Amino acid sequence: MKTQIVILGGGTGGTLTANRLRRRFEPDEAELHVVDRDDRHVYQPGLLFVPFGLADPDEIVRPRRRQLHAGIEFHESDVESVDLDAGRVRLADGALLPYDALVVATGARLLPEETQGLTGDGWLERVFTFYDLEGAVALREALGRFAGGRLVVNIADMPIKCPVAPIEFTFLADWFLRERGVRAKTELVLSTPLDGCFTKPIASKHLTHLLEEKDVELVTEFSAGEVDGVGGKLVSYDGREIPFDLLVTVPLHGGAVYVGRSPGLGDALDFVPTDPHTLRAHARENVFALGDAADVPTSKAGSVTHFEGELLEANVARFLAGEELEASFDGHTNCFVETGFHKALLIDFNYDTQPLPGRFPTALGPLPLLRESRLNHLGKLMFQWFYWHALLPGREIPGVGPAMPTAGKQHVA
Amino acid sequence: MTTTLIADAPVDVDAEGFLTNPDQWSETIAEAIARENGIPELTDRHWLVVRFMRDRYLQTGTAPSIRALGKESGVPVKELYELFPKGPAKLAAKIGGIPKPHGCI
Repeated sequence: MKTQIVILGGGTGGTLTANRLRRRFEPDEAELHVVDRDDRHVYQPGLLFVPFGLADPDEIVRPRRRQLHAGIEFHESDVESVDLDAGRVRLADGALLPYDALVVATGARLLPEETQGLTGDGWLERVFTFYDLEGAVALREALGRFAGGRLVVNIADMPIKCPVAPIEFTFLADWFLRERGVRAKTELVLSTPLDGCFTKPIASKHLTHLLEEKDVELVTEFSAGEVDGVGGKLVSYDGREIPFDLLVTVPLHGGAVYVGRSPGLGDALDFVPTDPHTLRAHARENVFALGDAADVPTSKAGSVTHFEGELLEANVARFLAGEELEASFDGHTNCFVETGFHKALLIDFNYDTQPLPGRFPTALGPLPLLRESRLNHLGKLMFQWFYWHALLPGREIPGVGPAMPTAGKQHVA
Repeated sequence: MTTTLIADAPVDVDAEGFLTNPDQWSETIAEAIARENGIPELTDRHWLVVRFMRDRYLQTGTAPSIRALGKESGVPVKELYELFPKGPAKLAAKIGGIPKPHGCI
């Protein structure tokens, strides 16, 4: 009988894993199944641009099915649960998918309803998120009408997808409001539960400096406990208040719902405890996880998922062949950070090395690290092409390998 | 890392006063750290949270985040902030004699 490989999630991680495994195994060796609840693959980095009219919703959504190569079976259904003992996935439509190897790639889900008042009165009127397409489109309308006042960007709590996105949103909002001539009438605020604007100290310092230059007020160690969408107030658990006219929130995140319905698979937040170097889930030896669904200690970002893909594919194959897994994933993360005015900076780091200044991918560049440049902005724009045409098909991007390059990095004392 | 005296016991602490060796902890030390951080007396609810944090750290090598703490300890996040003003996860870790929790990434 053919080996059964089931991949839950048809987003970045699920798609590139399925395409890689399809190339590795002959059709008569293995059957590949991908499950997702819908057929809409959103290019998530594009969501940042939608509220500013810099990207159209149509440009960033494509059918999931079409990103999967021939010989991969796509099931459009919610997942009911995973039975780890039986080695079987139950779909919401009742179908059962037995597996020899399971890959969990169902990402993170937004939980705005877990913050008191957030989805109450004022939600999608003066309280928005750009972390899904519906929210990003609604926010575009609201920003178009915004005539000044207090614009507050808030991170509810970590972990979130793309921890630089709220900072990028703030930079782009500054640019957008200047272009529209209302920046002078706007107080722009970024509030975060962290003790700085970003998780890593050197990058945090650079980004804080940029926020100051752009006259953004940074509020740190602010854990949002309650939102009053009518009174325009964000209240922290320790009783501090931030008034707003327009609130852009990054809501709490959790893993997929079915993870919580599958005994032994997930943690308290429905993320999947996973070995950070082999990408095998702690739950069972035939379960793997990648991307935002896994709890590995690095950013939840598409670049991480991409860098994980090569090892994950090889380790699934090693497991199926009865071999030892390789423990080589280093936590490599690479993010373009849009700073507005056609510029961006680039950060590149892993589990052990925080983002440093220098050049990427080699000592000669071409891209500068931790410094604003037009080239980085073009890199960010070009990335969308690579996403559909290289990353999802499971191919390498020229010059950018899974392991973090060290040659161009300047070590700072 | 420096060695200091808390409740007359020598303990190793980091620059912010978190114990770096959980074995050096005692309930008396916990009470002393709590007083120093504005909690005059540890109630049963405080102890529930402190023990939960400590046990979880000793079992898994990492302390739970504030959200996981709220979901799993049975003490809601709002109450956690009432018990441990400013930063429940950090303060409960400090009182529980475990290293400072790493912020999420």
